[in-house]
Amino acid sequence: MTMVASAPAMAGARPHGAPLLYLRGIGKTFSNGVTALRDTDLAIREGDFLSLLGPSGCGKSTALRIIAGLSMPTSGLLDWRGKGQTDIGFVFQEPTLMPWANVFDNVWLPLRLRGVSRAEAEPTVRSLLERVRLSGFEKAMPRELSGGMKMRVSIARGLVTKPRLLLMDEPFAALDEITRFRLNNDLLDLWQQERFTAIFVTHSVFESVFLSNRIVVMAARPGRVYREIDVDAPYPRDEAFRTSAEYAALCREASGVLAEAIHLNAGGGHDGH
Amino acid sequence: MTATDVAHSVALDPEEARRARLARLERVGRWVLPVVIMLVAIWVWDRICVWNEIPHYILPRPGLVLQTLYNDAGLLFSSLLVTLRITLLGLLCAVVGGVGLAILFTQSRWMEMSLFPFAIVLQVTPIVAIFPLINIYVDNQTAKLLLCAWIVAFFPILSNTTLGLNSVDRNLIDLFRLNGASRWQQLWLLKLPAAMPYFLGGLKIAGGLALIGAVVAEFVAGSSGQSSGLASRIIEAGYRLNAPRLFAALILISLTGIVIFLATSLISHLILRRWHESALAREG
Repeated sequence: MTMVASAPAMAGARPHGAPLLYLRGIGKTFSNGVTALRDTDLAIREGDFLSLLGPSGCGKSTALRIIAGLSMPTSGLLDWRGKGQTDIGFVFQEPTLMPWANVFDNVWLPLRLRGVSRAEAEPTVRSLLERVRLSGFEKAMPRELSGGMKMRVSIARGLVTKPRLLLMDEPFAALDEITRFRLNNDLLDLWQQERFTAIFVTHSVFESVFLSNRIVVMAARPGRVYREIDVDAPYPRDEAFRTSAEYAALCREASGVLAEAIHLNAGGGHDGH
Repeated sequence: MTATDVAHSVALDPEEARRARLARLERVGRWVLPVVIMLVAIWVWDRICVWNEIPHYILPRPGLVLQTLYNDAGLLFSSLLVTLRITLLGLLCAVVGGVGLAILFTQSRWMEMSLFPFAIVLQVTPIVAIFPLINIYVDNQTAKLLLCAWIVAFFPILSNTTLGLNSVDRNLIDLFRLNGASRWQQLWLLKLPAAMPYFLGGLKIAGGLALIGAVVAEFVAGSSGQSSGLASRIIEAGYRLNAPRLFAALILISLTGIVIFLATSLISHLILRRWHESALAREG
């Protein structure tokens, strides 16, 4: 909590930090016999923005749920480093807000469940709402908000406990492109300010390249890690980066790897769509 | 370009105007129409009595019923109070019992599997058929009637609340687990609020059923016991061919049912209006 980061986030790519978590040989087989994930090794470092990219059925959501502790691995282990398992923030694919509670109460929830009173939580919740650009919406009910605003509330809720690790499961998949771009920009800003580690599940090459410093491309049936790509473009990344030749080249590279991962199974008799 | 635009907007106008006119008419009609039809029906009723010279002990004229309602007010309203007390107490017991059992069911699936059949048995067996047994086992008159009202009213609350408690968003449950929520926190902050719309739907049905249960129980008990609710007034009036009082008592029961329905609807609206789809104002 009191860790002071001396390196300014502005200069170049983030220096890769200390290891936070190793996935060692993680596998998951459901009771119906489906193997969602097989023998997965992954290193997550402090300060990473890591994307899990792959076709549906590649186990990326399963991996995220295992890291969150919502699901138990069938084999392998989670090796937490440093202070051991940390507080985790989770952002679901849908905003998943409590419809009967207003924005403030929704963001307050994780703190409330830890016994923090409304008054104690107020400064944290308010400042976080300000940073996701929702100041003044404390009293609004979820149904009064647009899809993008609901997602902002959901992100604020994920960050309210100041977790070291924020897990996001295709959070922007249901949003229109304009809203998604804005949320991508704002998410990166937040990541640089708050200095949390992020694991971001997506099936969008463009999104993963724009956001992450590392992309883990996964293959399906069974779900496994296919290849890792380092995205060496410097932060902060903005609209200029989005239209740059560098970005286009990185997207082309990632698309190529993803296509390879998708076609792995095509030769083996399995039909990928 | 502009010519077609203008033509387009001109072509649209009458349709929009018609739609607005229709909406205005509908707003007024929603209130005026039922009232007018009711008045017409009462007038027809009155005319039938006069034209066919029906004696008042067969079918009293509406005016006479109204007068009886006024003349016998003391008797009828004290009876109404008795029935109302049984109804509301029965409803209260149904809420406590229904919600309590539903909460028990969500704490343990085994409990639900074991006990739900009993609830269904209680629900599907006609109360009139059970009453003789209750009559044998229970001495206290109020307790008898209360038990009947409760049996009839508690099932919709139980089944609706159980459904509601089991329909919580899976992701929200995960979120609570992730944040180390206790069972109590999960129930109080997540499951009960999520079940609220379902519970309120059950309450609306149960309100009417509690009244029916109270009246039916009194009917069955009335022939064997000494009750003083509206049902016994109806039986009494029936024996004496006092049709005006019979009608007056009937009207009071119907009005009570309507008031209970409106009250539960209002409660439901007040609780849900800020968040639930069912309470949202419809927009054109």
